[in-house]
Amino acid sequence: MTETSLQRRFVTPEGVDLRLQLGAASQRVTAFMLDLAFMLGTLILFTIAVALIAWGTGWNGIGLIVALWLLGFFLLRNAWFILFEMGGRAATPGKRILGLRVVARNGGRLTGDAVIARNAMREIEFFLPLSFLGIRAAEGMAGAWTAIFGLAWSGIFLFFPLLNRDRLRVGDLLAGTWVISTPKRRLGLDLGQAPQRTAYDFSKAQLDAYGIYELQKLEEVLRRRDWQQMYAVATSIRNRIGWRHGPDDAEFLAAYYAALRDHLERGLLFGVRRADKHDEGRGRQG
Amino acid sequence: MSDIAAIDPALTMRSFREAHEADWRRLEDIVARAERKSVRSLADEDLFALPLLYRSALSSLSVARDTSLDKALVDYLESLCTRAYMFVYGVRTSPGSRLARFFRRDWPAAIRAIAMETIIVALMMIAGAVAGYLLVRHDPSWFYEIIPAGLADGRDPGASTASLEAALQDDGSANGDALGAFAAFLFTHNAQIAILAFALGFAFGIPTLLLIAYNGIMLGAFLALYVPRGLGPMVGGWLAIHGTTELFAIILAGAAGLRIGRSVMFPGGATRMAAAVRAGQTAATAMAGVVLMLMVAGLLEGIGRQTITTMPVRYLIGAAALAGWCVYYYLVGRGAND
Repeated sequence: MTETSLQRRFVTPEGVDLRLQLGAASQRVTAFMLDLAFMLGTLILFTIAVALIAWGTGWNGIGLIVALWLLGFFLLRNAWFILFEMGGRAATPGKRILGLRVVARNGGRLTGDAVIARNAMREIEFFLPLSFLGIRAAEGMAGAWTAIFGLAWSGIFLFFPLLNRDRLRVGDLLAGTWVISTPKRRLGLDLGQAPQRTAYDFSKAQLDAYGIYELQKLEEVLRRRDWQQMYAVATSIRNRIGWRHGPDDAEFLAAYYAALRDHLERGLLFGVRRADKHDEGRGRQG
Repeated sequence: MSDIAAIDPALTMRSFREAHEADWRRLEDIVARAERKSVRSLADEDLFALPLLYRSALSSLSVARDTSLDKALVDYLESLCTRAYMFVYGVRTSPGSRLARFFRRDWPAAIRAIAMETIIVALMMIAGAVAGYLLVRHDPSWFYEIIPAGLADGRDPGASTASLEAALQDDGSANGDALGAFAAFLFTHNAQIAILAFALGFAFGIPTLLLIAYNGIMLGAFLALYVPRGLGPMVGGWLAIHGTTELFAIILAGAAGLRIGRSVMFPGGATRMAAAVRAGQTAATAMAGVVLMLMVAGLLEGIGRQTITTMPVRYLIGAAALAGWCVYYYLVGRGAND
């Protein structure tokens, strides 16, 4: 399973391993892009508001208005990430949408210091190269080499999360935090309670054809309800276990799933955990 | 033996779910509400129930992992327990008391922790200022190399002594409005420089020192413009009122950055990573203080410079501000630290 490479052991004080899932690089980038878009939107609204105030006051206190705008821009740029991540959800709006949150690596509380540290580093990871590029680009071709240097610089920080196994930004590294994925999951129906399961009578040999890995793949297929896929899966299972009757693929798969799960869960009660179809079922080691 | 074989796992699972599902759903509902608003928005009974429900969900998770092959159920419980864990163990102190602690203890303590770096950075800045002064005195064309045109704003070696003096004098009356904008610009500019000096620290502190030295050179170049024309005391007063706070803040930001660089280079007994994390958090607290200091400097600049025009008072305010910061940082809360 590919997803286990981002899974980390995290034992609560009660002694249960929560198996945290780290946020993937793609999710992190998407969340950041969303945040940038939100910030830009806020900035536009704020600018319009300030312009309206200036218009309302007849462009008199223009100096104060400009001061207000500059302070607002400063706050937006620096406080957006910090304030949201200090909140109860420990995530910016972009992260919330992607189901990410910031957590202290040592399992303790996420402190304000850590949040400030991880976001102050954003200054060199993103904003510095950006403003650097902006200024140089405005100066024209003379700045080509500095632009390339700036690009390489930001590239190092941009790809830093991909170069370590914990997907840490430089800011995460310094602040002692990491970003985990905690999507909200709904409690679905228990497919093991399929009503037709008694109508089918599979032999022990037919149930021994697969292990837990295949069972959980089958569960995914059943929950997705993609008819093409169900047909393909049903055909290959029928071939493997030699099941000829029963024309309805969906019903067959549901029944087989329920029977297979019964079979494998009963195995669990005896201490036999059959990982997949290649596992000979000698039982759990240790 | 035959008893166990007769157990129907599907039935067991159904009764397991039936027994606990209501609790899971209630926990999910409480956590969702806490996430939407805050833990404080929860009713008392929910708040009391939260740890109990969390522990029962955790034990459900353990049971489900060992006996159930329903992946959706295990995933659901894992996600639920993780979300609940964040609230059960992540409950912060109230923002008010956290803020009070920051002012009473954390902020001065963080500044004290970087005292050695503060001295190094201050020396670096002074050295930069002397160098900048000598450079511009030696050859005025250096001025244009050092100071960006936008910042100089007409105050350059080409300007007459009279116009320079006038610029120092009439900040308040004629274009107070534009000055307010300029003060805000300086604040945001300085704060960004300070954050940059901090953030660059992790590259062994070298870019931080360069940035600080450059700021010192800029200061020296400006001084070289005024002092030889006999405007020294005047520009001193002009700078002192907010400059003591502002320069101190920038020095502290550089020191915070240097602290990180030092701990990355010389981690001591800890691993490089652990040392960097510890230094990073101390330095970040110091940085929050630095931004506040720069805000004070901006206020002093925007308000003080317009209303207070007599030189001795300007010097007095500048000196008092510096003394105030020193007392606060190096004397307040020393005992509480241990």
